[in-house]
Amino acid sequence: MKTWLLILVLAVGTVLMKTLGPVLAGGRQPPAQLTRVIALMAPALISALIVASTFTQGQRLVIDARAAGLAAGAIALWFRVPAVLAMLIAVIVCALLRWAA
Amino acid sequence: MRWKPRTWPGGLRASIPLALPIAAVGVSFGLLAGPLLGAIPSIAMSAVVWSGTAQFAALAILASGGGTALAGGAGLLANTRFLPMGFAIAPSMRGGPLRRLLTGALLADASFVIGHRGGGQFDIRAIAWATPVQYVTWVAGTIVGVAGATAIGDPSRWGLDVLFPVFYLSLLLPELFPERLQGNRSVPSAPQDFRPIIVAILAAAITLALAPIAPPGVPVLVAAAAALIGLRA
Repeated sequence: MKTWLLILVLAVGTVLMKTLGPVLAGGRQPPAQLTRVIALMAPALISALIVASTFTQGQRLVIDARAAGLAAGAIALWFRVPAVLAMLIAVIVCALLRWAA
Repeated sequence: MRWKPRTWPGGLRASIPLALPIAAVGVSFGLLAGPLLGAIPSIAMSAVVWSGTAQFAALAILASGGGTALAGGAGLLANTRFLPMGFAIAPSMRGGPLRRLLTGALLADASFVIGHRGGGQFDIRAIAWATPVQYVTWVAGTIVGVAGATAIGDPSRWGLDVLFPVFYLSLLLPELFPERLQGNRSVPSAPQDFRPIIVAILAAAITLALAPIAPPGVPVLVAAAAALIGLRA
């Protein structure tokens, strides 16, 4: 019973957080100052997602095979390698390092 | 009839590379959650919560002996990052409140990245179309994990978890360095805008600084504050 309550709370809460912005501020053009902030929100959030999914393990900061894979992928992307190929390179580097360890 | 991938909706096509890594993480979740929550609740959780960060956060609390309330709090805290994301996509949305509510509910990390068109503009259609692949593979992965995918072993062994950051990076870099990576030759070379780069570095630093002291998900939320430098013209 408690488990189902947990599932319900997480489901409803997550939808609320996703939809608050769209419902309250949807379709309206915000003032110029706010537009500039919103434009920069994407690079901020994406950069944070990259760091969080590479250098953290729970609440620990780690540098592991993922960092090497990301570095390889970044170099590939910088030299205009297509994204899918860059992802493949990153996986190979990451898997090889884990396999060697 | 020939299948023509080029006519697929953009968001759907962009989300296909995510199928494998999401399924892999789903398997991990199923493996961990199955014994703790039971098979049906684990699958139901993936089907209705549909958020890896929140589900793993809640699971971590339960696994360490924490109560249901604490697990719920941790899961919700992990998803507070959807608040700034929701407000960021809101101005690009059309239609009435109900339509915006339903579309907003489809938002996910990768969809936010896929739908981003630069300059604060978002392709809401792409965000919506990025959902099916991510949803189906997440739930299917969970089912496989719960069913006991011991033959596969821990999916992270294959290095699939590195696909997320590289995928995100492939969509971030062209925005930071449009001159080099967007290949948009029709537009006369604009001066390099350093603000997105500064914001990205600032956000990365905030995330690194908070990760050891804040629960998962929260550092990403706080990192959104880096965008506030846009208040200055």
